[in-house]
Amino acid sequence: MNPYLPIVLLLVLAAVICTAMVTLSWLLGPKRITPYKSAPYECGVEPVGSARERFPIKFFLVAMLFILFDIEVVFLWSWMAVFRDWTETGHPAAAYSFWAVMVYMFLWFLGDAYVIRSGALDWEVSATLHPAKLGDLAEGPEVSDEPRPVPPSVAPAAAETAGSAT
Amino acid sequence: MSDTNLTPAPIDWMALLPIIGVTATGVIAMIIEMIRPRQTNNAIVWCCLIGLGVSAYFVLANWSRPAEETFGGLFMNDRFGQVTQLLLIGVAFITVLFSEGYLREKRVPFGEYYPLVLWSTVGGMIMVATRDLLILFLGLEVLSIALYVLAGLKSGEKRSQEAALKYFLLGAFASGFMLYGIALIYGATGTTHVTGIGELYALRETLVDRYPFNVLYAGIGMVTVGFAFKAALVPFHMWTPDVYHGAPTSVTGFMAAGSKIAAFAALIRFLDGAMDLSSVWLPVLTVLAVLTMFLGNLVALVQRDAKRILAYSSIAHAGYLLVAVIAYSKAQGMFDVEIGYGTVIYYLLAYGAMTLGSFAVLSLTARGGREGTLLEDFHGLWRRAPFPAAMMLIFMASLAGVPLTGGFVGKLLIFKDAIAVDMLWLALVLAVNSVISVFYYLRIVLAIVVREPDLHPTRFAAVNPGLFAACGICGFLLIWIAVAVDPFMKWISPPEQHAIELRESPPESSVE
Repeated sequence: MNPYLPIVLLLVLAAVICTAMVTLSWLLGPKRITPYKSAPYECGVEPVGSARERFPIKFFLVAMLFILFDIEVVFLWSWMAVFRDWTETGHPAAAYSFWAVMVYMFLWFLGDAYVIRSGALDWEVSATLHPAKLGDLAEGPEVSDEPRPVPPSVAPAAAETAGSAT
Repeated sequence: MSDTNLTPAPIDWMALLPIIGVTATGVIAMIIEMIRPRQTNNAIVWCCLIGLGVSAYFVLANWSRPAEETFGGLFMNDRFGQVTQLLLIGVAFITVLFSEGYLREKRVPFGEYYPLVLWSTVGGMIMVATRDLLILFLGLEVLSIALYVLAGLKSGEKRSQEAALKYFLLGAFASGFMLYGIALIYGATGTTHVTGIGELYALRETLVDRYPFNVLYAGIGMVTVGFAFKAALVPFHMWTPDVYHGAPTSVTGFMAAGSKIAAFAALIRFLDGAMDLSSVWLPVLTVLAVLTMFLGNLVALVQRDAKRILAYSSIAHAGYLLVAVIAYSKAQGMFDVEIGYGTVIYYLLAYGAMTLGSFAVLSLTARGGREGTLLEDFHGLWRRAPFPAAMMLIFMASLAGVPLTGGFVGKLLIFKDAIAVDMLWLALVLAVNSVISVFYYLRIVLAIVVREPDLHPTRFAAVNPGLFAACGICGFLLIWIAVAVDPFMKWISPPEQHAIELRESPPESSVE
């Protein structure tokens, strides 16, 4: 007997059961369609508007940062479990692994500092280009066809200096 | 829990220094950006240029050391890897050199651009310096992920968004192919090191019953598909024109030169490992090469956009490079022909210089956040910016293969190699194609030099010193390597023991 036969059987069985369940309920189930029933399910509440809305990209950003934290903990946890034993037994690679993880943590903290510095966690700030980045072109004669938004973090500062002048 | 056998492999830090250098430069550049986010990127540019120079010095410091693998077979330190690392560092250097002026005109001078370019380079440097398939894959991802972000740098522009998304989706697809191929090769050979393929082949007599040839074939095929995506070989080229067109021009230049150098160098390393099975994959690569050359050149003929012309031209050049790779691989199985990797490296250098240079010149049409890349937009560039236009003549001549340029000598070397391995017909296909290509390169030259601007003349950006230097370096390189072919080829070719070790088995630690 082929050793993979049980796996094939499992696949077949899963396919048959799923098909049977869906087909039978479709064939046997009573069909009394009301407008309320044919509407998309939205936690039991009557649906309002289209589901295809645009989300602020910040949600995705926060989700990604969360994943990064997660992965970092996974790495640290597994390393820590081994490292504790190594320090007790005086493993020759203990110091090496410590410094390797320190380099990793340094880069990780650097990334974190960058996230905070660039305002990725700041809900109100949107990442726009600071005009000073353009150097000489910032007050050049030609005008950009696109609006060049001033970041909100700059606008209050400008207002403050104006206020203190008066 | 306490597995005391887990000791780190001996590490040759010296060999890793170039990679560490470029990575650290990127980190420092990012720290500079964090410390002073509201100032120009000039400090970052200087930091990157100096760091890349130091890293190039580190490569040269390794130059005369014997070829060997470190990290338990994960990292290969030999002349081939050093030369390609040097090429990649050079590509990053020139990209950084001409980027700042363009990015300001395009209104996207984000400080993050420079670390991303450097880290992408690091990925390429890892790819070319390993014979372990998993590390190769790691390098490929590091190279690609930074490029996905860079392609979408101008996030307000639809074309740039499209480029980033297309590149990301197709790149992820190609990575999947490659990883699956690596898994199959691992399944067949029991190691992720490419030399495992040769070792399995050596055992074929003793393994009559269960010789996992089919798995191995499938694996090699899928890894090749992954490479073909990265190197933009037909029929895996679909993403190339759109991505090259939509990405910011400096990024396009880096992509076209850097990722192609890395992909071809890694492809050679991979094929070197699978050399015993060359009767299987050589015909496939030959078909790919013919298709790539013809499609790239013929479709380029009908394009109206300079960036798209150059994108198709880069596809065609990938075909020429593939001919060189085929000749190199075929010569390994012949007793009377000796062909080194020199031709491929030479052509990669020439290709990198002319492509980067021409994209640098193309970047001059960006002004005030807008950029026109149609051929009409270049009318009158000759008057506005004579030096870049003159250099563009050299780049176009070199791309078309006019004598006294690096492109011509490179094509000649490929031609010679192809004839030496009895593939005269392939050499003729190459020659026919390079004649076809003259036509569309001439159109770019006409647009820049001859045609006068009509109703709405383009307002070209001012030529900044960085762009001036980038064009000058590329133009000089193209002429110089055409004049000094022999010294250059001697410089990049390995000392005798290198050539032997490249085909030898790895140290015992990596193979169980």
